[in-house]
Amino acid sequence: MEAKQPVLELENVSVAYDSQAGMVQAVNDVSLKIYENTIVGLIGESGSGKSTLGNAIMRLLKNSAVLTNGTIKVNGKDVYQMDKKELQKFRWSQMSMVFQSAMNALNPVLTIEAQILDVLLSHHKKMSKKEARAKAVELMEIVSIDPSHLKSYPHELSGGMRQRVVIAIAIALDPKLVIMDEPTTALDVVVQRSILDKIKEIQKVKKFAILFISHDFSLVSELASKVAIMYAGRFVEVTDSQSLKQAEGHHPYTQGLIHAIPHLTADEVSIEGIPGNPPDLVDLPSGCAYHPRCPFANERCRIERPAISKVNNREIECHLYDVERKEVVKS
Amino acid sequence: MRYVINRIGFFILSLWAAITINFILPRMMPGNPADAMFAKFQGQLTTSALEAMKKAYGIGESSLWQQYVDYLRGLFSFDWGLSFMQYPTPVSSMIGSSLPWTIGLVGVATLISVFLGTALGVYISWKRKGFLDNTLPIVSMAFQALPYFWVALLFVFVFGFKLDWFPMSHGYDPAITPGFTSEYLLSVWNHAFLPGLTLLLGGLSGWIVGMRNNMIYTLGEDYVTFAEAKGVKTSRLMFSYAARNAILPQLTSFAIAIGNVVSGSILTEQVFSYPGIGNLLTDAVQSQDFPMIQSSFLLIAVAVLVANLIVDLLYSRLDPRIRTGGAN
Repeated sequence: MEAKQPVLELENVSVAYDSQAGMVQAVNDVSLKIYENTIVGLIGESGSGKSTLGNAIMRLLKNSAVLTNGTIKVNGKDVYQMDKKELQKFRWSQMSMVFQSAMNALNPVLTIEAQILDVLLSHHKKMSKKEARAKAVELMEIVSIDPSHLKSYPHELSGGMRQRVVIAIAIALDPKLVIMDEPTTALDVVVQRSILDKIKEIQKVKKFAILFISHDFSLVSELASKVAIMYAGRFVEVTDSQSLKQAEGHHPYTQGLIHAIPHLTADEVSIEGIPGNPPDLVDLPSGCAYHPRCPFANERCRIERPAISKVNNREIECHLYDVERKEVVKS
Repeated sequence: MRYVINRIGFFILSLWAAITINFILPRMMPGNPADAMFAKFQGQLTTSALEAMKKAYGIGESSLWQQYVDYLRGLFSFDWGLSFMQYPTPVSSMIGSSLPWTIGLVGVATLISVFLGTALGVYISWKRKGFLDNTLPIVSMAFQALPYFWVALLFVFVFGFKLDWFPMSHGYDPAITPGFTSEYLLSVWNHAFLPGLTLLLGGLSGWIVGMRNNMIYTLGEDYVTFAEAKGVKTSRLMFSYAARNAILPQLTSFAIAIGNVVSGSILTEQVFSYPGIGNLLTDAVQSQDFPMIQSSFLLIAVAVLVANLIVDLLYSRLDPRIRTGGAN
């Protein structure tokens, strides 16, 4: 039997920004596979390169960012091997994206309907306006917005509704992959919850794959089945989200994140932050980029970059899990 | 709809304020303007002229309120008094014969400058870092930076005097009888070409650079990237998504520009001896023709107000956020 083809396949992907200080590696040699009907979370601090990776997959890199290495395949097709026309067709019909600032993702001078119709008619050359309108109504119903709002302008909708409209546009062509770049960051907790429930509900029906980018650790570990944790442009750990309930056996950075979450059920609340600051991408620490903040760091971490170790179905990039040093980390 | 009524209401209110201030200002001046003028002209004015002046200002007649009512009535029946410098020509007929020249010349030049400049701005922001993008803003800015009267004089000297391609003064060849003949229209076009060109060159860079910068800012907006990702055609992306939003700040400058059509042409009309309102106003100031000055100022105020009303209404057409008055 042939192995199932992943919806998204990242192989040794590196993205760099061309700045005055030289090439700045925002994404550094990351690999990941996402299969259909799964939600994969991508967690990282601000500046860890997670949004850059999202844009790179969509081939929407801007501001002098370039893919310097690796391949990005969506449904087996290399995104960076397409010509402009092919890309225009491929993008959105196979992969779509919900933007970080979905509040600003809608054109203020066009009605919601016009913006939905733009997607449908750009991709379905034969579709009539009437069919497109009917489809727009259907899409609005999927995201639970009254179709009467099709005639509204973006400023007439609340933040949550605008976000739903953006999601409706993202799923308009039934893509196989939807990248969600912090889709709920600008919203309050209650609206956030309803949007997440909506995303889960739609995903269950449409069975597309989601790459969910967020800095909200607890949110992602709840939503996704698999989680990639990004630090300074690298995946320091890729693990299934179930494992994140326990702090043991993870990358020290992941452990730090787990300790930083307050638990409602705990009697005594003691939250530990991670000491230090995220690294400067222009001047990365030598060896393992996390070593200045890592409580377990030793001489080796300063000199040598760790390789990926497979431990209990987790991929961890840390010397602690090297075969030579099987010492178990005490949390 | 409420917005439109609001704007029209505001327009009427400010129009009334402008008219009233125009009425009050001369009456707040110390002394009696008519007597002062009479003294100044040292017997050159006849007593009937003094009477006319007094009548124009309503001096010695009735109450202030009655004067105000008369003033308003006169205003709306185009009885704006008699000019001092071309006594006894009515001010309204003098303005009536010079205003079309100014609106024709400056109005058309302004419109061309706005549309051409904005279109060029969109184009060069689209072909960013291209040849035109690198040269056009600098060349047009150089033209704007040069003193306008100097450029105008240079044009008159080179194209009018040295090369003799275009006439150097007047609105049309006095040898031709005005009328809807091709000969007359060609003459009008010939006379308007040079002053129009200097106005165009002087104003163009503001529109080009303004629109270009707005476009570059708008092209960085998320909704443009989002639309690009959606697969929207490039032309639609450029116009409906980018330019459509980038043009909004240009409208404010447009309001100022059309407000200046009536008043802002003084230099042009001086240099090219064009028979417009700017020339009339300079002459009026030099000969202290008060009825003329007063009417011209009122006209300028009205022009600015009308321009603002037009742009307000245009804004409501182009920006849905203004139409509903919604906060964003």
